[in-house]
Amino acid sequence: MKRSMLTAATGTSLTFMSAAAFAAPAAQAADKPPLNLTAIAMFLAFVLATLAITYWAARRTRTASDFFAAGGGISGFQNGLAIAGDYMSAATLLGACALVYGRGYDGLLYVAGFFVGWPILLFLMAERLRNLGRYTFADVISERLDRTRMRSFAAVGALTVVFFYLIVQMVGAGELIQLLFNVDYDYAVIVVGVLMMVYVAFGGMIATTWVQIVKAVLLLFGGTVLGILAFAQFGFSFETLAAKAVAAHRSGAKIMGPGTLLADPVSTLSLSLGAVFGLAGLPHILMRFFTVPNAKEARKSVFYASGFIGYFFLLTFVLGLAAVVIVGTDPQFFQGGRVGGALIGGGNMVALHLAKAVGGNLLFGFLAAVAFATILAVVAGLALAGAAAVSHDLYANVFRKGKTTEQSEVRVTKIATLAIGVIAIALGILFKGQNLAFLVALAFGIAASANFPVLILAMYWQGLTTRGALWGGLSGLVCAVVLVILSPAVWKAVLGNPAAIFPYDHPALISMPLAFLVAYVASKLDTSVTAKTEREAFDDQYVRAQTGLGAAAGSAH
Amino acid sequence: MSSAVYQRIRANPKFRELEARRSRLAWVSSAVVLVAYYGLMIVVAFWPQALHAPLSEGQVVTIGVPLGAAVIVLAWLLTGFYVYRANTDLDQLNQQILNEARQ
Repeated sequence: MKRSMLTAATGTSLTFMSAAAFAAPAAQAADKPPLNLTAIAMFLAFVLATLAITYWAARRTRTASDFFAAGGGISGFQNGLAIAGDYMSAATLLGACALVYGRGYDGLLYVAGFFVGWPILLFLMAERLRNLGRYTFADVISERLDRTRMRSFAAVGALTVVFFYLIVQMVGAGELIQLLFNVDYDYAVIVVGVLMMVYVAFGGMIATTWVQIVKAVLLLFGGTVLGILAFAQFGFSFETLAAKAVAAHRSGAKIMGPGTLLADPVSTLSLSLGAVFGLAGLPHILMRFFTVPNAKEARKSVFYASGFIGYFFLLTFVLGLAAVVIVGTDPQFFQGGRVGGALIGGGNMVALHLAKAVGGNLLFGFLAAVAFATILAVVAGLALAGAAAVSHDLYANVFRKGKTTEQSEVRVTKIATLAIGVIAIALGILFKGQNLAFLVALAFGIAASANFPVLILAMYWQGLTTRGALWGGLSGLVCAVVLVILSPAVWKAVLGNPAAIFPYDHPALISMPLAFLVAYVASKLDTSVTAKTEREAFDDQYVRAQTGLGAAAGSAH
Repeated sequence: MSSAVYQRIRANPKFRELEARRSRLAWVSSAVVLVAYYGLMIVVAFWPQALHAPLSEGQVVTIGVPLGAAVIVLAWLLTGFYVYRANTDLDQLNQQILNEARQ
């Protein structure tokens, strides 16, 4: 258990923390819980409800704008819930609780790092993104630069991030569902993949958004109920909770302050740069800014989203400490009944064990169903972002040079969704039992080092040219990939070498500044005629970015 | 959209005012959030014992807990402040600019 906890802690994303840990070859088949009928009934109810939503959404989806951006008809509050849903996967609840359970205060510091990206995204990007884009972030970076090359680059950046993210989610889903519902791993992966394809292919962004909203409400509700029941056992006194947790934890009073997890400043800085700026390069998150009618609602959606996320992160700190006392001292949750040994089902079961302890089988079943629902919603959002990159960026704008109809663009998206679904299922089965923590570092590293620098420079720096953007973005991408391969997570853990060549698991500290530097130098050295027109086009783009002049308008739904 | 519209907007002193006010708000807010978070992380890296100090005499809860939570709460309150300012006076100014440009 300790080993999988460490794996979790070094994974880049909270979204993935426990998925990465599940991926460690540690699933204890012998400890499968008995068939949980409550959980299965609740899960089936969720699936039926989401299929009904998909049917309803399919009837409302007529244009490409409906399909990719829900017609711009989602309100700020709804979009806030959907964004929060995209960011908080099953792994957030399970992984963050496990981290606090194991390491106390370090868990709080860790989640804080995954929170501060949100205000930055709002202050520096939300409004310009909404004003300049239509369906994908590629719209923004190709606005005044070479359309074919920038779209191709953006599609590569988006698809790599989406696939790395998807593989980890699929493997995590398979392991979690196997554990919770006693379903065979392969079937679990296939069920997740097929439902994901149905939501996205038939219901597009409208269905994906509403599935995400339903799931976010369930997750917040389940977490809150669990929090209230657990906190009640300590008379709602944080001091009592802390005192009992310190008494019960093997590290004692140390859990109430910083420990070893984030003690290395360089490693922590690299991790946090990836977390803060990687967020602003995640294609499925950026896509959500185009589902609202205008910049005003885009801003509001970040306010609501960060409120839900921040609340949930703080809640997990209370849950984790409560679990130290309630789960950590109860023999029924340990293998062989040995308190302090390995937890039944592995470290990520902390929150679910807590649910069982304070709310019985009903709450356990509810949370297990919510965890499954959460995975479904997150993979659907990812699949849609990947499919949009294929159809809107590659097909419509690169291959057909913008000469296409909305119908054919949507048709290509549906085909792309099926292809992504099939590939995701295949990779999910192929990578069964693998330790995939490095994929997390890669997804965030690439988002922070390729997508984010190009996006922010395109919006803020007049001097950026196509050549600078491509060279900068590609060098960030290549550097992130190479550094992750040379890092302890791959070079040592996967390839079996005695020592890593690059000492840190997260590349952003090196690869992100490199991308900016190369983009700057290559743009400065670019004296071509096209570079001149690209720089001249900045002034008008700037007016649009600031005022929303000519921005894609939303329709009412 | 004719380029005359863009020129009218750029020539409008209100546009200068809008970009100056909004970028000041955005950069100052970003700086506050980043300084708060990285400030705490610097303490974690170099003076971790400081955060182990009890909140008050005899308490188990340390100074670190409210400080860690405060980073999240402060960052969220700032998003609220930003959205409020941007969606009220700044958006009004923005609308005036657009109306004047279309005349």
